[in-house]
Amino acid sequence: MWFQIVLIVAMVGIAIYLMRSTPSARHLAIRRVLVFLALAAGVVVVLAPGWLSAIARLVGIGRGADLLFYSAIVAFLFYVVVEYKRSVELNRTNTRLAREITLLRSRLDDEVGRRSDDDTAR
Amino acid sequence: MSEHEPGGAAAARDEHAWVVIPLYQEATVIGSVVTELLARFRHVVCVDDGSTDGSGDVARAAGAHLLTHPFNLGQGAALQTGIEYARAQPGADFIVTFDADGQHRIVDAIAMLELARREDVAIVFGSRFLDKRTDPGALKRLVLKTAVRVTNMTTGLKLTDAHNGLRVIRADAARGIQLQQDRMAHATEIVLQLGRTGLPWREFPVEVLYTDYSKAKGQSLLNSINILVDLLVN
Repeated sequence: MWFQIVLIVAMVGIAIYLMRSTPSARHLAIRRVLVFLALAAGVVVVLAPGWLSAIARLVGIGRGADLLFYSAIVAFLFYVVVEYKRSVELNRTNTRLAREITLLRSRLDDEVGRRSDDDTAR
Repeated sequence: MSEHEPGGAAAARDEHAWVVIPLYQEATVIGSVVTELLARFRHVVCVDDGSTDGSGDVARAAGAHLLTHPFNLGQGAALQTGIEYARAQPGADFIVTFDADGQHRIVDAIAMLELARREDVAIVFGSRFLDKRTDPGALKRLVLKTAVRVTNMTTGLKLTDAHNGLRVIRADAARGIQLQQDRMAHATEIVLQLGRTGLPWREFPVEVLYTDYSKAKGQSLLNSINILVDLLVN
């Protein structure tokens, strides 16, 4: 039963992360720790599949495979949100770069225009 | 368009206001828009947002200052580029944002500028809902009214029309603009940032001309969902 609460909290947390947080070194560190924990857990359940089922029963899910499935869905949603935010950030950087090019070129055009005006005036 | 024009046909050109037009795929109309604006404004800046139909060349030929994005970034990005360019110009006192598709009336822009100068207002937003002249149709009205409600909730300002491209912004207010929303959500973001400057603002009734052309390019109901999501995601 209480695994439902864990799932709901996880998904609400992902939604808040999508809307609220700004990228920081702390978040990067947390994400990396989560990846290493997931890898370690993966190795453990490969070596001892019984543990997975035991944990599943402990949290009120019948089978280990179901627990794995639910965890995979949450991990996937989190990954989608992280990548989406990264692409938004990249887009903004890209825009700033393109704007800088545009403004530089216009300054160059304006300067060339001024000089040729001076030449014709002379 | 001259019947309401203060000063009549011989009215002088405005030397200090800079008109900023985000431009994307409007080659058929941008020429006349620029020509008509240049009759009343000395400085017209078009930001060509990666058009592939030669819009930029048409605008330049008509006499506009042309800035060109290397590729398409979105209307908000083009507006920000134009504002950054215009506010850096010596002597620029006001920035007028104007749509490229010919849906705004130049007399409205001039009247808004006059209001700002006369009554020392820093920001004048054009609104098509202050009077009954504009008829966007029921569905579009619903979309626009929803956009207004969202904008008012996030910005704390009480506007009647959020997604109107006609705005008059004084130089000091323009310095507070740093748009991050590249696409349509910039219309809410710009209200938010202008509101934060704490400078005096007004709304001004304007007429939006829904030509068949601009109707075809108008915002759909689904696109307003995109706007909402863009605003929610940080």
